[in-house]
Amino acid sequence: MSERVAVEFKVNGATHRVSVPATRTLMAVLRDDLGLTGTKNGCEQGVCGSCTVLVDGAPARACLALAATLPGVEIVTVEGLAQGDTLSPVQQAFLDAGAIQCGFCMPGMIIQATALLTENKRPSDDDIRHSISGNLCRCSGYAKVIEAISLAASRLAP
Amino acid sequence: MNAPGAPIGLSLPRREAGEKATGAALYAGDMVMAGMLHGAIVQSPHAHARILGYDITEAMALPGVRAVVTGDDIEFRYMGLVVKDETAIAKAKVRYIGEPVAAVAAIDVETARRAAQLIEVRYQPLPAVTTIEEALRDGAPLLHEDFAKYTKIYDAPVGRGNLLAHSIATQGDPAKGFAMADAVVEETYAIAAQYHAYMEPCAALAAFDPSGKVTVWSSTQSIFRTQANLHECLGLPMTKIRCIAPRVGGGFGGKSEATIEPIAVLLAKKARAPVRLVLSRNQDMTAMRSRHPGWIRLKTGATREGRLVARECELWFDGGAYADDSPAVMNFALYFVRGPYDIPNVHCEGHAVYTNRMRAGAFRGFGNPQMTFASESQMDALAKKLGMDPIEFRIKNALPKGARWFGGQAVTESTLVEALETARDRAGWIKPLAPAPLGKRRGRGVAAMAHSSAFLSTGAIVRLQNDGTIAVQVGAVDIGQGSDTALAQMAASAFQLPVEQINLATPDTDSAPYNSGTNASRVTFMVGKAVGEAAFKVRDQIIEHAAAMLGVTRDEVSLAPGGRVVVTGGSRRNAEVSFADVAARSIWAVGGPVTGSSAVMASHAMDKSHTKMSGWLSFEAVGIYTFGAQVVEVEIDEVTGAVEIMRAVCVHDVGRAINPGATVGQIEGGFAQGLGYGLFEDMVFEDGRLANPSFMDYKIPSALEVPKKIECVLIEKPEASHPFGARGIGEPPLVGAAAAIANAVANAIGKSITRLPLTPERVLRAMLEE
Repeated sequence: MSERVAVEFKVNGATHRVSVPATRTLMAVLRDDLGLTGTKNGCEQGVCGSCTVLVDGAPARACLALAATLPGVEIVTVEGLAQGDTLSPVQQAFLDAGAIQCGFCMPGMIIQATALLTENKRPSDDDIRHSISGNLCRCSGYAKVIEAISLAASRLAP
Repeated sequence: MNAPGAPIGLSLPRREAGEKATGAALYAGDMVMAGMLHGAIVQSPHAHARILGYDITEAMALPGVRAVVTGDDIEFRYMGLVVKDETAIAKAKVRYIGEPVAAVAAIDVETARRAAQLIEVRYQPLPAVTTIEEALRDGAPLLHEDFAKYTKIYDAPVGRGNLLAHSIATQGDPAKGFAMADAVVEETYAIAAQYHAYMEPCAALAAFDPSGKVTVWSSTQSIFRTQANLHECLGLPMTKIRCIAPRVGGGFGGKSEATIEPIAVLLAKKARAPVRLVLSRNQDMTAMRSRHPGWIRLKTGATREGRLVARECELWFDGGAYADDSPAVMNFALYFVRGPYDIPNVHCEGHAVYTNRMRAGAFRGFGNPQMTFASESQMDALAKKLGMDPIEFRIKNALPKGARWFGGQAVTESTLVEALETARDRAGWIKPLAPAPLGKRRGRGVAAMAHSSAFLSTGAIVRLQNDGTIAVQVGAVDIGQGSDTALAQMAASAFQLPVEQINLATPDTDSAPYNSGTNASRVTFMVGKAVGEAAFKVRDQIIEHAAAMLGVTRDEVSLAPGGRVVVTGGSRRNAEVSFADVAARSIWAVGGPVTGSSAVMASHAMDKSHTKMSGWLSFEAVGIYTFGAQVVEVEIDEVTGAVEIMRAVCVHDVGRAINPGATVGQIEGGFAQGLGYGLFEDMVFEDGRLANPSFMDYKIPSALEVPKKIECVLIEKPEASHPFGARGIGEPPLVGAAAAIANAVANAIGKSITRLPLTPERVLRAMLEE
């Protein structure tokens, strides 16, 4: 058994203090300890992108990040994007573009898109394609995902 | 009867899109119950071995471990769709590397996984056969010594070693046909194993209630197939098995039959607590299923005028260690041996073989993509030999409306010529491609395809609820393709209600009428048909009630939008009652609850005088045939051999698109999955061991590999046999994609590659060999 480490961070604005084994992943903490099951486990190897969350604003793979190494950070999961019942512009665009099929990759995809649009207000289709190239989706063929992110960008553009 | 109106034809967002976008949607692996334990599996390291015994003491001694299950916990009870040959967990023998051989339930996943590593299974390794050739060799070790005793639903080859199925069919006189041919092409096509790669690995949660009934929430394509498999392998009566599908993260055929539900139930029973079992990606890739690999020898003859006259086919599928759907998949491949063409003389022979490899099973297209790759590659080779345009050649041989399918059934509609012409026009086929930049080659290819929908049986129950809304109970699972939304749109259209006023029940074997599964492009077609038929019965009763309430005859009232029945003529014109008024009358005063049910099943007799068949499963439940055509443009790097898809035009007959946005989503996704199949997806087995069991080493298409635009063209000719005009479109977009890509590559490099996938190495080698 590895030793437990006490660590404090914010998740979706709320402060959490958890005591975790040093080997416990952020994904396990989010899903199993905090009940935030929106973050999905698709491969446990950092390849599929389904577990993407924002750590201090940057997209990160929750399945690779060890919770004990993240004291003081601010984490945003897919559950933290909507304001009450109002979806975030990115979430709304995914609905409007019909980009959501089975939905399993969507939390990671939506987080990745949110990060992209924070950095790049007017991404080209190629920018979008590259940005989401580490988020695998088996249902869509990506066309509607790219369309959704473009739509969100156009709505967010000043 | 009202013609289907809104919301049919509207691209409404999926009903559950909001919960999926916010992360609130619950998949089986997200569900928790009080006292729930977590499961982990132990997998066989041997391709073939006798199990001598287990030592579970160390595992059980680990704090937090509640139960260990092995083959000693079960009887020899077998499950399976066409051959009952599989136990809930390995017993007495293991037959492939990765086969679940023991399982643990513990207080958390980490403990369960650690305990799994402490379980010692003693094996006596046996000689293994990991290829078709090895499996068929004289004196080859048998995977299933009891094959003769297994329950089978087809005429199986007994006493022929590891041969699992052998089917023959002859139409016309192939020898005579070939004698008439001016051009003959013969080639052997090799096909790889493709992994389903649904994004959600298999998951199940099993919990017994105090009465001894087990409820299983699982990532499945069929609650009723799950229930049937559990019944068969565990010996529980169906009265004690309740299966529910929560949100499902994709299936593509891989979750058609039981996955890990039997193990979850065994653990829950032994631990006396709810158990959730979720596979890791590596486990899912090594324990579950793939598309059938194998090879197809195909020979086709045509006259110099370009008329197909004869075809001969020899097909071999590696079924892996358990039969699963293999005989059916192999038969279905043969069923498409003619492709969508009118070939009068055909002889085909197909085989499925047991090998010590993970089982192959249902996968989007069900054998047809393999056959279509061979057939459509050969069509191009023949066109080239005849000096004909590939599209012209296909149009000339297109199966017309009124013709007969290979089994002898009638083809009630054919849009193949329209699909090919549309694809030709849209792709600008007659215009030469722009010259390739330096170091690249360009090519363009076409594939035509046929597929069926209307397979297997289904029922629906439709009820008028007290507030005038409608409840729909079906056993169909929406695995992401959007059927919940489409079914709700169809029901809403039948009642002229907004779609929000349709309650679509969660698929639950306790409350839904039987449905075979989300397979075979059948939900929108078959379940939609069942919903329509039940809805019309309810509508009739509503009208009956309303007419009585309004004091007029039934002919004087009609449904109006928004849940009303209005008098259309006479002195009481415009008088109306609401659905809620009707519901109140039915439950408090007259007639009883307004409920309608339906049971549908396609039935089209095979015709032995048209095609002689032996060793086949029945395909009488195959209903309609659906056609399509795809044109693909590729650019090939002369240095690396890498193929880039520059453009894809996908033309598909969808009958009526119930939800055009979702329909296009299916086509785009199906093409992308076919692109992976065509270009790089390959489960590499070395002596039965999967060499690339991760997304790191087994690539599926990312946003960088799909073409910038997949141009989808819907042919909408409402299907007469469907109440809302729909056809199934789940599988067709994948069926021909690899073939279209291969033909485009052949066009670019002047040589066809007959082995899937078309990896850069293979393309490069083909270019260097010229």
